[in-house]
Amino acid sequence: MTEKHDVVIIGGGPAGLAAAVEMKKKGINDILLIEREKTLGGILRQCIHDGFGLIRFGQTLSGPEYVQRFIDEVDHLGIAVLTDSTVWTVSKDKVVTVMSPQGMRTIRAKAVVFSMGCRERTRGALAIPGERPAGVFTAGVAQSYINLHNEMIGHEVVILGSGDIGMIMARRLTLEGAHVIAVFEIQSIPSGLPRNVHQCLDDFGIPLYLSHTVTDIHGAGRLESVTVCKVDEKLHPIPETKQEWACDTLILSVGLIPENELSLDAGVTLDSCTHGASVDEFFQTDRPGFFAAGNVLHVHDLVDMVSIEAEKMADSVAEFLRDGFLPFCPLEVIVGKDIGQVVPNRVEGLHDVSFFIRSKGQQENCSIQVVQNGTVIASKKMRKMIPATMAEVKVKKSNFLDSSPLEVRIV
Amino acid sequence: MKKVFTCIICPNGCNITAEIDGENIISILGNGCDKGMQYVKQELTVPKRTITSSVLVENGIIPLASVRITDPIPKERIPDMMTYIRSIKVAAPVEAGFVIDPNALGLETKLIVTKSVPYERKQK
Repeated sequence: MTEKHDVVIIGGGPAGLAAAVEMKKKGINDILLIEREKTLGGILRQCIHDGFGLIRFGQTLSGPEYVQRFIDEVDHLGIAVLTDSTVWTVSKDKVVTVMSPQGMRTIRAKAVVFSMGCRERTRGALAIPGERPAGVFTAGVAQSYINLHNEMIGHEVVILGSGDIGMIMARRLTLEGAHVIAVFEIQSIPSGLPRNVHQCLDDFGIPLYLSHTVTDIHGAGRLESVTVCKVDEKLHPIPETKQEWACDTLILSVGLIPENELSLDAGVTLDSCTHGASVDEFFQTDRPGFFAAGNVLHVHDLVDMVSIEAEKMADSVAEFLRDGFLPFCPLEVIVGKDIGQVVPNRVEGLHDVSFFIRSKGQQENCSIQVVQNGTVIASKKMRKMIPATMAEVKVKKSNFLDSSPLEVRIV
Repeated sequence: MKKVFTCIICPNGCNITAEIDGENIISILGNGCDKGMQYVKQELTVPKRTITSSVLVENGIIPLASVRITDPIPKERIPDMMTYIRSIKVAAPVEAGFVIDPNALGLETKLIVTKSVPYERKQK
């Protein structure tokens, strides 16, 4: 038997929750929110540090407090939620197959929202050679052990990668009595936010070695040591610089990948820069009625921005359900000089639009420009740009010239 | 003397350069807002931080409830606060926002629970 819902939202983390609440407020009553874990909240359940909510709520909250505000609203608004349930397939005609505690269910939707978030890159993704001992964790897994399951993961810790979660775990492990020996980062600049370098590493005297990487892993049973090398400008390890570091735990904080298997299943095209769906300014993918927001679309620095993005998307979903379609967006967005990624990938050219941008490397005293037909139609001066910090550039609707492509670039 | 600070008040993480004389700021550059100035002042006198951790929960659906202090405390008191937090055990059900201590260690900060943990009867 096939059930029917107006909207199926896949993923009950910050993006899915904010989308569900906003859609309900826009008058969409038939929503089903699907979450694979036992409880809603996504990754924020384990992000017990504070610093969330400054933009969205004007105060600093821990992850669980931030997300509870949305969960309470979902409860209060009576939005249907299916937890402990994993979406198996999403067909091109919007039939969602989900494995739930009640068995397999098939749901036909008028619109599907992808809000599955992202996952961590692993040792496999980096192809670090060596033995395969216990004691090698991604930062998020380490965080889950310590913050959700009350399990300490080790004593002598090396961290590879200076992503925010890695640095936050460096502080957390130190506070819980572990010795964090060092953080190694292959790039020449930290990959997380500057404030985390300061409050998570500097405050606790944890050294950060830039342009260094782990090249070998040793240990029979449990991790015993890692080999670390300096890298050259091309990020190739320099063998003469090799050093052994004794440790029983290696934490990897080496990047996040939007989790898009279901999007691909539905025939959605991904963007090669963001690794999320290619979307227009309405957060609609190249398949009508399929939408994406949050970390499944592009990895954010701040959950506040995830919520805000998901709310904007929800407004478009409401419009789609009302009219049966959304306007065509003919203006393609081209990733120009020194730009790492841009969202959205297409715009209509009739409204004010915000572009969310990451630079490729570190840039100083530069400008982000949006160019159409050789004319700069928007520009924003930046004192400093780093890939870790997402920037926003607004284009006023009156500045669009015609329907030719837009190039976003840094000069 | 010139000193460089990374402001930790918001995610912008402004890189602030200050010309200082002891605890006094002579000139300041790079702070995006007034909070940056306040932050540098605090760093020069009594550097303060907030702290988050978790406490044990008896009979909860999960073994831990996350907690945080509501106001920053002097950096050097963080280890004391961690020792204190580690000694605390609460009984489920516990609600987010529950004040464990209205004046933790006499440092003029509340210690509050940040995650609700429902009760679960343990199978014997």
